[in-house]
Formats: sequence, structure tokens, C-alpha cells
Amino acid sequence: MSPVISAKSLNLTFQTNDGPVHALKDVNLDVEKGEFVSFIGPSGCGKTTFLRCVAGLEAPTGGTLTVNGMTPDEARRARAYGYVFQAAGLYPWRTIGGNIRLPLEIMGYSEAEKRKRVTDTLALVDLDGFEKKYPWQLSGGMQQRASIARALSFDAEILLMDEPFGALDEIVRDRLNEELLSLWARTEKTMLFVTHSIPEAVYLSTKIVVMSPRPGRISDVIDSPLPKERPLDIRDSREFIEIAHRVRDGLRAGMEAA
Amino acid sequence: MTDTAPLAAQGAGIGRSGRVALWARGFSHALLPVVTVVAALLAIWYLACIPMNASNSVLQAARADVAVSPESASDRRGMSGLALAVRNPGVAVAGAFDQDRARLPAPHQVAAELWAGTVGEPVTSNRSLIWHGWVTLSATLLGFVFGTVLGIALAVGIVHSRVMDMSVMPWAIVSQTVPIIAIAPMIIVVLYSVGIQGIVPKAIISAYLSFFPVVVGMVKGLRSPNGMDLDLMATYGATKGQTFWKLRLPSSMPYLFASLKIGIAASLIGAIVGELPTGASAGLGARLLAGSYYGQTEQIWAALFAAAILAALCVGLLGVIERALLGRMGMTT
Ligand SMILES: Nc1ncnc2c1ncn2[C@@H]1O[C@H](COP(=O)(O)OP(=O)(O)OP(=O)(O)O)[C@@H](O)[C@H]1O
Ligand SMILES: [Mg+2]
Repeated sequence: MSPVISAKSLNLTFQTNDGPVHALKDVNLDVEKGEFVSFIGPSGCGKTTFLRCVAGLEAPTGGTLTVNGMTPDEARRARAYGYVFQAAGLYPWRTIGGNIRLPLEIMGYSEAEKRKRVTDTLALVDLDGFEKKYPWQLSGGMQQRASIARALSFDAEILLMDEPFGALDEIVRDRLNEELLSLWARTEKTMLFVTHSIPEAVYLSTKIVVMSPRPGRISDVIDSPLPKERPLDIRDSREFIEIAHRVRDGLRAGMEAA
Repeated sequence: MTDTAPLAAQGAGIGRSGRVALWARGFSHALLPVVTVVAALLAIWYLACIPMNASNSVLQAARADVAVSPESASDRRGMSGLALAVRNPGVAVAGAFDQDRARLPAPHQVAAELWAGTVGEPVTSNRSLIWHGWVTLSATLLGFVFGTVLGIALAVGIVHSRVMDMSVMPWAIVSQTVPIIAIAPMIIVVLYSVGIQGIVPKAIISAYLSFFPVVVGMVKGLRSPNGMDLDLMATYGATKGQTFWKLRLPSSMPYLFASLKIGIAASLIGAIVGELPTGASAGLGARLLAGSYYGQTEQIWAALFAAAILAALCVGLLGVIERALLGRMGMTT
């Protein structure tokens, strides 16, 4: 089976006023259908940039990248993925329900379907009862959860998430990690997930991509041996700790090389 | 009272009387500066009446055989009103505020004229300011609608088409640098020659003035969504039309209302200017023209104030609509 996402010697250089910035250098990565891939690395190593390339929001300056066998731009127009941005980015003139409804309106879901999906996804991120509230009436973490609900509300095979849980407290984060895993198991979506947290990356992923900066590149790809069924206390197991070590070593090596 | 107000305000939320007190204080805080400014303006106005009307006051006094200085009329001819007032203070003050065709009528004279023109006349009379105001207002509103529609349409084109962006904006700017007083007669004459007269030519002049702020504001408003807002639409594979209706248009509303307030005032000016060159018999512009024709300064000033009041009402009404709409959209400004 051909990979859902395939990057071959992908390069991206931003031309800035201070000269070129090499955000991605020779990135090679294949993601199979149904994989959960985490991207971890220091700030500025190109995680967001890679996700944006996959989404067709940024044009690579070299190499090839396919999504579902199409160019990223074609995949974007085919509504192949949902994207959770690093900031919530809710539209202030729409209620929380209205924001979640937005992609459904654009994609032409029926009225009954819209209502059902808004209710379901709000419950999923624990925001029942906030449908009629405006974004400014919610805390930053609640807004972030609403933006996750918005990306989950429609059927996309691929979910691109850029530090979706960065603004959340430890408890809610654990709960949403569990929710995300069960959602993934249920829907067999392909997940690309950016995080700064090693335990989160190890807990969620079937594959962990360690990146290093200047120029942004992949320094290690770790295939997780953990089973698909993952209770929260798996984080105390020996395997879990060993993988976490390897991720940390990869991060450190990347920093020293830079 | 004022220096204890901040302290009192702390507890003002407690209980009902506190709230009333807070409301009253907020009201007086808002009112006090306004009253002060109005009082100062009135004082300056009354003062200005003395030198402005001095030559006439002195002339009347001389005719009534009151001693004035200088005595000879030919000596007085070349003198400024200020100099006359300084040399004949008693006469100048006594005669300043109740002249029939004063060079500068006093505020109470203008107020009386306004009163007579609104309350004192049936609205169907051609001396009623309400009737003249309505004639001007109807052209203003029609032109405002024309201008707003045209302005929004141009802004949509400019935002979506590079060609329009490059070509329309310079012409829109040029159009506003031409003095309206120069174009208005041409518009009216040209339209008259093709059989269009009455309200439409005036409305077109109004539209000519009011489309511009709407274009400028709407272009800025339609471009106000940031990169991420637009990226989100892109990830949904939204069409340009969907992006317009669901993102650009709602984002532009605060900008639109700011422009509309300028636009309605410009429209009113356009309608009044449109009434000047035709020798129109109706409308505030016609009142202004007739007033200056016959030296009826009170009539001129009354018409000016009627126009100002009309503009204030229009802008105020737009403000109310703005607050209601943006409030409903969760965008309280
Ligand atoms: N639009 C842009 N123009 C110029 N440079 C950019 C642009 N976007 C990103 N960069 C640069 O590319 C590099 C990678 O940025 P990117 O946002 O992908 O980092 P990141 O790994 O997501 O970091 P963080 O963890 O802080 O979010 C940075 O050096 C950044 O300055
Ligand atoms: Mg980032």
C-alpha cells in the first residue's frame, strides 16, 4: 500500500529581509494510513512549516511531497485533512457552536447533520453547554479545545495538529490524550501531531519524528513498539521509559550538532 | 463632589440606590464637558456679534441723533467693525443683538428662526424647515444608498481583482480632489439635457461624495482577516465566495460603519451643494441660497443649523444600528 503522506528530499527556504532561512532541509518521511506520527524538536526546527507544507499552505522550494497520492494543494481542495492551528483562531463573531459549524456549512452538510455533529464534538472536548457562548467568554484552554472540536467535526482522513494541547493543564491534557487515542482507534485517521512534550509524544505515537534546527531537518525516526491499547499507566512501563530516553538523546544530539 | 467620585464609585455597585447614583454621575460626567463647550461657543458668538454688527448699530444710532464717533459717515466708512465698537462701546453693545438683517445674527435670533421654521409652520408650507429638510434628506438618503452600494461593489472588486486594485483606487482618489462645487453644475446640466431632474441629480452628487469613504473603509475591512483566519478557510477548501461571505464580510463590519458615518455626512453636503446651482426652490440648499440672495442672515443660519442637526441625527442613528449589529455579532467595540 502506498503511503498517505510521502516526502522525498523536501526543502523549504524562506527568503527574508535578513537573508534566506532554511526551514526544512532534505526531509524524507513516509506516513502510512492509520499511523499516529508525532513531531518533536526545539522551537524553530520547522515542525509547523512541515505541517503547513502537507496542508498545501506553504510551497516547498525543492523535493516532492504527496498527500493521498495528490499534490498537497489538490488534497487541500479535496478536503483531505483537518488542521488544528497552534493558536485557537476562532472567529469572534461566531459562537462556539457557530465556529464548529463553519466547516460543516462550507462542506455542505445537512442541517440535522450539522446539529448532531456540533453537539457530539462539543461533548468530546468537554464543552457541553458552551455552544451559545462567544469565544471571548471562554478561557484560552477552552478556546483551544473548541478549535480541536472544529477540526474533528467533519470527516477527514488526515488530522494535522500543531501543539493542540500546549495551552492546557496536565489533567485536561491527559484526558484529551486518552480521548484522542480512542478517537484514533475508532476512526483510523492518520494523525500528524506536533508537541513539545516527550511523554505526550511517546504515549500517543506509533512513530516519533525527532527534528533539529538550523537548518530544520529530521534527526531520528523512532517506531514505537508499544501496543495499540494504551492505558495511562503505560507511562510507568520500562518500554515507555526506554523510548522516552531515546527521544531525549535524539533531541540532545540534534542540539549539539547544530 | 468630583474629587470624591472615584471613592464613591467603588461601592456604587452595591444596592439599587448605588446604581442610580452611578448612572446619574455617569450622565453628569458625560454632560458637563458638553455643556461647558456649548456655553463657551455661545459666549464667543455673542461677543463676536458686537464688532460684526457695529457699523449697523452705529448707523442706526446716528440716524436716531445719538452722538457717535467719528461723526461723519464718510469717516466711518473705511473703519473696521472692531474699531467702531471700541470707539462706541455703548451703542455697539446696545444694537448688536436684535438687528433685522444682522451681519451676524445672535444665537437667540437664530433659535427663534429655527423655532418658527419648525414648530411655527405647518410641515406642508414652503417656509417650513422640516419640509425643506425632508427634501434634502430624501436626496441625501437616496445618494447615500447609491454611494454605499457603489463603494462596497468597488471594494469587493478591488480586493478580488489585481487589475481593479491597480486601476480603480487612483481614479477614486482623483475624483475626490476635484472640487464638488465645480462638478455639481455640470452633472445637473448634463442630466437635465437627457431629461433627468428632481431628486436624482442631487442624489448622484451625494453618491459621488459618499462612495469614497465606503471604498476606502471596505477595502481595509475586507482585507482585515489575518493570515491564520484565511489559512483556516483554505484548509476547508472554501471557495472565494465562501471566504467572502463567512470571513471577509463579517470582519469588515466595524470598518463599514466607520465609513458609513463619514459617508452620510458627505451625502448631506452633496445634496445641499446639488441644490445650489439649479436655483432650486426647495431644500436646505435652496434656503441657504435664497437667504443670501435677500440678505436674510437668520434664514441662512437657521438652514445651516437644520443641516447640522440632520447630519447629527443620521450619524447618531447609524451609531445605534452599529451598536445593535456588532453587539449581536459578539463584536462589542
Ligand atoms: N513565513 C515565514 N517567513 C520567514 N521565515 C519563516 C516563516 N515561517 C517560519 N519561518 C522560519 O522557519 C523556521 C521554522 O519555523 P516553524 O514555525 O516551522 O518552527 P516550529 O518548529 O513550529 O517552532 P515552534 O515550536 O516554536 O512552533 C524558523 O526559523 C522561522 O523563523
Ligand atoms: Mg510551530
